[in-house]
Amino acid sequence: MAGESNHHNGDKTLSVRIYEQVNESVFRCYQCGKCSAGCPLSEDMDYPPSQLMRMLQLETPEVEANILRSYTIWLCLTCETCIARCPQEVDIPKIMDFLRSESLRRKKVHPSAKDIISFHKSFLDSIKYTGRLHEVGLIAGYKFRTYHLLKDLPVAPKLFLRGKLKLFPHFIKGKSVISRIFTKTFREYKGKEAEK
Amino acid sequence: MMRLGYFPGCSLLGTAREYDESLRAISHKTGIELFEIPDWNCCGASAAHCINHDLSLALPARILALAEKEKLEEILVPCAACFNRLDVVRHELISDEKLRQRISGIIEMDFQGNIKVINIIEALSRIPSDGLKEQILKPFQYTVACYYGCLLVRPPKIVNFDRAEDPQIMDDVMKKIGADTIDWAYKVECCGAGFSVSRTDIVAKLSGKIIKDAVQRGAEAIIVACPMCHSNLDMRRSEIERLEGRKYSIPVLYITQAIGLALGISNKKLGLHRHIVPVKLPLKVKTVVEKEFVPTAKAEEE
Repeated sequence: MAGESNHHNGDKTLSVRIYEQVNESVFRCYQCGKCSAGCPLSEDMDYPPSQLMRMLQLETPEVEANILRSYTIWLCLTCETCIARCPQEVDIPKIMDFLRSESLRRKKVHPSAKDIISFHKSFLDSIKYTGRLHEVGLIAGYKFRTYHLLKDLPVAPKLFLRGKLKLFPHFIKGKSVISRIFTKTFREYKGKEAEK
Repeated sequence: MMRLGYFPGCSLLGTAREYDESLRAISHKTGIELFEIPDWNCCGASAAHCINHDLSLALPARILALAEKEKLEEILVPCAACFNRLDVVRHELISDEKLRQRISGIIEMDFQGNIKVINIIEALSRIPSDGLKEQILKPFQYTVACYYGCLLVRPPKIVNFDRAEDPQIMDDVMKKIGADTIDWAYKVECCGAGFSVSRTDIVAKLSGKIIKDAVQRGAEAIIVACPMCHSNLDMRRSEIERLEGRKYSIPVLYITQAIGLALGISNKKLGLHRHIVPVKLPLKVKTVVEKEFVPTAKAEEE
């Protein structure tokens, strides 16, 4: 089964690391294709989910590089349709989460995924300092990161008139705890990077 | 009275504030007493789990630990995305003792795992129908599409709520207040969720299919229980219309708003004025027409 020999530098293969860290075996997948049939975005992906599972089973460095550089992992919406229908109960969304952070850590992100990642990062920035998400701050951060300055301008006044935009963030009392949670979890995250 | 811990979540303070307003407005009449978790934080929603797994566990764990500190047994989480994160994290931490201890260390609080997370549909389905019946002043006699979305029913093994492919509990609640519910194909399909800003085109495509199916099958309103579903179907309506090349006037209501209307609560208290798509429900003469129509149809058959 999962061999480490395919990798010249002795690195563990993705499928082994998925097994160790996420406790999911990609080898359970027998390519029935239900995940790809149910996935709302498989037609927009470079590799539909079942193909990604097959690629993980192959365990060669070239294929693994393609997995981490794929658009698929960033397009996955975590709608969980695949796992709900998988006869082998392979937790594909959890595997996608692993692959996303791995792709970021190894800096192999697909160029088209930039906006999606900028959104996630702006989202987390907004929580980091206040403890709660501030939607106006999130959008401002996103625009700053992506230069999509004009996007969604027409909808903003409509939301404002309906009292849906809060101009100022709310700071929770435990905001320092939240900042520490970020520091600790990202220290661990970078630690894993240093191990390599 | 059903006393529940309450975790509103960030959306309910901002773009989904009418969900919070309508829930609070109906809570007294429906016998739900809400106790808001003090100093709650954001659960990390769709972003944290994409970037950093530990962070996506720690943020919800702090919320759960705060609720446990208040000796709450159950917390009501109206936002489907928050509900899903909290329930999945609870499940993940109670099934791995080492992980539970490590995350407790990170959040500087002890998470025990003896709290139950419930969503809005579950809370509403507990209200006995005879109790609700006396309170209904204006039955909600419309044909509705109950849209559950992804996160109330999936992953089925963890959330363990209703049937994953064709859930019925929201339909049952809506029938109790007088609605007719349609059988349709997009009940649990994804609306595009967190791509509202970064890939609006995808949201328009996925949400467009949902609205189209609901309209084609005769729904007069779409009923939701998730701020992301609501904003994608309501706030993104102009993008959907541009893609589909036609206009859709079907309103999208939170289930709490529909119940509020049936209980005779004012539009303003329910926050109906905050929607982008105006909530205009057709005037009903339907019940009268049907009663007259049925016998004649039978007579013709004979």
